[in-house]
Amino acid sequence: MNFYQLPFPITIVFVPLLVCFLIPVFGWWKRTVCYPMVVTAVSISFISSLGIATRVLQQGPVQYFMGGWQPPWGIEFYIDHLNAVMAVLVTFISLLVVIFSKKSVEKELPEKELPFYCLFLLLFTGLIGIVVTGDMFNLYVFLEIASLSTYALIATGEGRAAYSAFKYVILGTVGACFYLLGVGYLYMATGSLNMADLAGILPSLYGSKVVITAFIFIMVGVAIKMALFPLHIWLPDAYTYAPSAVSSFVAPLMTKVGAYVFIRILFKVFKPEFFMGVLHATDIMLWFGIFAILFGGIMALSQTDFKKMLCYIIVAEIGYIIGGIGVANPTAVKGAIFHILNDAVMATCLFMVAGMIMYKTKGHGISDFKAAFVKMPYTTVIFIAGALAVIGVPPTCGFFSKWYLLLGGIEAGQWAFVAALLICTLITIALFFKVIDQGLYIHAFKDASEQMETHQEIRSDDAPLMMLIPGFIIAAAIFLIGIFNQPILRGIIEFAVPKGLGG
Amino acid sequence: MLEFLFGKLNYITYIFLMMVGFYAMMAKRNLVKKLIGLNIFQWSIILYFICIGAKRGGTIPIVEGGHGATHVIHALQYVNPLPHVLMLTAIVVGVGTTGVSLAILLMIYKKYKTLEEDEILGRMK
Repeated sequence: MNFYQLPFPITIVFVPLLVCFLIPVFGWWKRTVCYPMVVTAVSISFISSLGIATRVLQQGPVQYFMGGWQPPWGIEFYIDHLNAVMAVLVTFISLLVVIFSKKSVEKELPEKELPFYCLFLLLFTGLIGIVVTGDMFNLYVFLEIASLSTYALIATGEGRAAYSAFKYVILGTVGACFYLLGVGYLYMATGSLNMADLAGILPSLYGSKVVITAFIFIMVGVAIKMALFPLHIWLPDAYTYAPSAVSSFVAPLMTKVGAYVFIRILFKVFKPEFFMGVLHATDIMLWFGIFAILFGGIMALSQTDFKKMLCYIIVAEIGYIIGGIGVANPTAVKGAIFHILNDAVMATCLFMVAGMIMYKTKGHGISDFKAAFVKMPYTTVIFIAGALAVIGVPPTCGFFSKWYLLLGGIEAGQWAFVAALLICTLITIALFFKVIDQGLYIHAFKDASEQMETHQEIRSDDAPLMMLIPGFIIAAAIFLIGIFNQPILRGIIEFAVPKGLGG
Repeated sequence: MLEFLFGKLNYITYIFLMMVGFYAMMAKRNLVKKLIGLNIFQWSIILYFICIGAKRGGTIPIVEGGHGATHVIHALQYVNPLPHVLMLTAIVVGVGTTGVSLAILLMIYKKYKTLEEDEILGRMK
């Protein structure tokens, strides 16, 4: 059996699921074996995702039938270009966060490593399952696996974490229920749950009220899960008060996987003739996107907490993605899909920085950055990389996706979207300068006279190496994705853009 | 009108239950009541799925006489089992959600010594 025939679609999901249930057993026997087990499981998933990705790039979409049942009767794992790149992204970020989380969990959740890693793997299984599945109901189950473990993980945080987790439970479950109801309507109309099969049946039913209702229910449900303004209210509190290992994993991935589901259902199950021709849904998405960008940007500006500021930036980034789809020409959609990738990487980077600051100062306010640039020089490098990417400075990845979104907006003549993008970019510059100002050397002292008197050097006191290494890898990824944007766009993302979009 | 009401009674019930759950989640200030509203909301969707599979006088989707049978039961004759099977999974998810939220409620109660939303918000400041 050669490398290409290994059953990667199975190992990518079921190895972490299996290990997740083995952890409590092995942990009861010996606590120290758990962490290596988690790292191994996530690494196997990462290698599998790379295997799938190479197979997809060489031979086209990969299918795997559960138990040998042919679709539309059986459950199918279907991986094409969009899934493959998402799978690599999710496993890559998970692997980095696992390495990063070791020290952070020891400090923030002492004696609770076992339940943490158990839930972590369950969440990972859910996220990767959402990405690889080709079945509507299976997607719901994975979505709920991921959400339930997220609720539990967030509730372990400090401050008002438990209360915000409960808020998230209510809204998240309503979202999942809407999705389920939409799937039920689609099943009633077509008798199928398989995405590819649905895409074949639905075009003859585009006038049906049942299908239109199903579409709206599914889209609203997924919009709650991905925190699209004005359904984002659960997000800022939940991600701010979660432990930093949790927020650096959940914040970048959960919303982006939600955005992936949105795009997947919009483009693969339904066709542009439906959501543009019958419903004109893209105009609504465009305006929701614009409002999300402006609202996220303005709210981020008024925060004094670094993590909360990042949360509102995420709300704005989701606005970029949905607005880009709303512009509905190939350039902007390409930008939107590319932005999912980039935003996951930048958000991981910045939340990791928040984790490092938290590790050293026990706080995550902007004021905790006081003199951080002198005390923590390596963390600063990572922070600057993330900040440049969010602002969108050319060699970083954030620039290129914004560039395509802007070009698409100009081509389509959607000036409101272009203006919102530019305004939000200006706001992010202001935001990060606020943080950079706090980090400067001068803030280490109360005033200049004290600085003259003391004459002492501030000792460098950086985060441990286990946290810095994943930070540097993600910072390098920001630049590498930016530099190699053309191969990614031409080789992968081009295939995800549906035919039939205007422009 | 009456014919419509009685002909679609199950669907009307599911929408009614769903709205009851929705109302409880939005309007009630007690967190446990919110959770109960959430449960009613979830079960209403399960009722809906059961409805779309049910059929008056339907039979089970098993071929009479085993594999040697000469005819296949027509789809019109049997009750579609798939929505019912899907709902087994959805019930499990619902129970999981309830469990997790009850655990979170316990944490909230330990911290704030109350489950009234107003009082919790007051104690946060």
